[in-house]
Amino acid sequence: MDAASAKAKVGQFVSEYLSNAEVDPELDLFASGMVNSLFAMQLVLFVEKDFGIAVANEDLDYQNFRSIAAICDFVGRKLGFATAAA
Amino acid sequence: MDQFLSEAQRQARDGFRAFVDEYVMPVADEHDRQQATPPELIERMAKMGYLGGIVPAQYGGGGMDALTWGLLCEEVGRGSASLLSLLTVHGMVCQALIKWGTDAQRQRWLPLLATGERIGAFALTEPNVGSDAASIESTATAEGENWRIDGRKRWISFGQAANLLLVIAKVEGKAAAFLVERGTEGFSTEPITGMLGFRAAMLADVFLDGCRVPGDHLVGRVGFGFSHVAGAALDHGRFCVAWGCLGLARGALEASLAYTSERKQFGAPLKNHQLIQELVADMITQVGAARALCRQAAALKQAGDPALIMETSIAKYFTSRVAVKAASDAVQIHGANGCSDRYPVQRYLRDAKIMEIIEGSNQMQQIIIAKHGYHAFRFNKQATRGEGA
Repeated sequence: MDAASAKAKVGQFVSEYLSNAEVDPELDLFASGMVNSLFAMQLVLFVEKDFGIAVANEDLDYQNFRSIAAICDFVGRKLGFATAAA
Repeated sequence: MDQFLSEAQRQARDGFRAFVDEYVMPVADEHDRQQATPPELIERMAKMGYLGGIVPAQYGGGGMDALTWGLLCEEVGRGSASLLSLLTVHGMVCQALIKWGTDAQRQRWLPLLATGERIGAFALTEPNVGSDAASIESTATAEGENWRIDGRKRWISFGQAANLLLVIAKVEGKAAAFLVERGTEGFSTEPITGMLGFRAAMLADVFLDGCRVPGDHLVGRVGFGFSHVAGAALDHGRFCVAWGCLGLARGALEASLAYTSERKQFGAPLKNHQLIQELVADMITQVGAARALCRQAAALKQAGDPALIMETSIAKYFTSRVAVKAASDAVQIHGANGCSDRYPVQRYLRDAKIMEIIEGSNQMQQIIIAKHGYHAFRFNKQATRGEGA
């Protein structure tokens, strides 16, 4: 797993949820009103299953999930690769 | 023979079935009349390891896989929807802690929940707030190292018996989840009686009047109490309800099969009459379809697949409708007998109606499911176009 493929995966998941809409990686998903509380749990399950990492209590930080870029950064920190350049 | 179950799952199911036949079926109607579940039955459930079924073995629980847990809910649901609601709400507290508790919280609470020393209940609904759960009015305020919780919760299943409640309240407008123990100053409950169904589910109003809990009773983080902590609990709750509805519908079917085999009218058993066969055939078919959806949800839950959220919602929606239809037809088949409390089918019908309302009303499920359908339609259409380009 590298930063580019993580970004593609997260982008596809979010895009699929939003009916294939093109989503700016920096768009605040929750503030945009485009997603609901069910999406929040689906997102956690997606990150856990597709990246093989556990999302736990200490990870419950809005900054980890607010946008595609934020999710990629979070996954990168968990898996030990940088995503800033991706 | 069921080719979808492993040998261990078959054995577990047979054990659940025997337990329900021996300890639940004979007393469920009486508990319904008394509007109470005696503590001895709760203790028996705990002793069997059922209350801690989903709790990982490292915390003293049964560590059941999702399908085995579903089978337990099915069998208990066949016996008593009220008793199923104990498994449901207790399991919701366990699930919230398993997923979002700190290590210290898991170490402290899960062993107590697994053995039944603590009985859990889930306190989200309020007098003014039902489906619009994000608008709860209960509040929590930081006071030094403690939290002060004020508010009122309503229709709390096993609220009369629970001694560890997961309470959702707002901290400066943001939802948060707190563990509140019975006995905490400012905490009290009042029984709710006279319900249509779930009459033995020990429903209660819960009063939180300046209720102070330690700082480490916050589960998850402030702002994530509804979306993540309650979200995980409710998803688990819908899973339990879906399987429980399957059990309830099966109970209605089995009661109908037995009754129509014995009861004679016009010189022949009821089962020989084709209009009765029509009702029974539909029950059998719908129970089969409900089982397929429940198994699908169980497979996804076991795999931790994101699709489990939607598929569990679909399973809950469908199975609760099947439960109402099967129970209603069972009463019809039983005639006047079915309207009396000499037969369980009237209880099935009353309980089934509640199933359409709890853990997200069926109208809320329909909105979610339809929205998902449109999402999937648009996504698939555009994806197909992309492939063809």
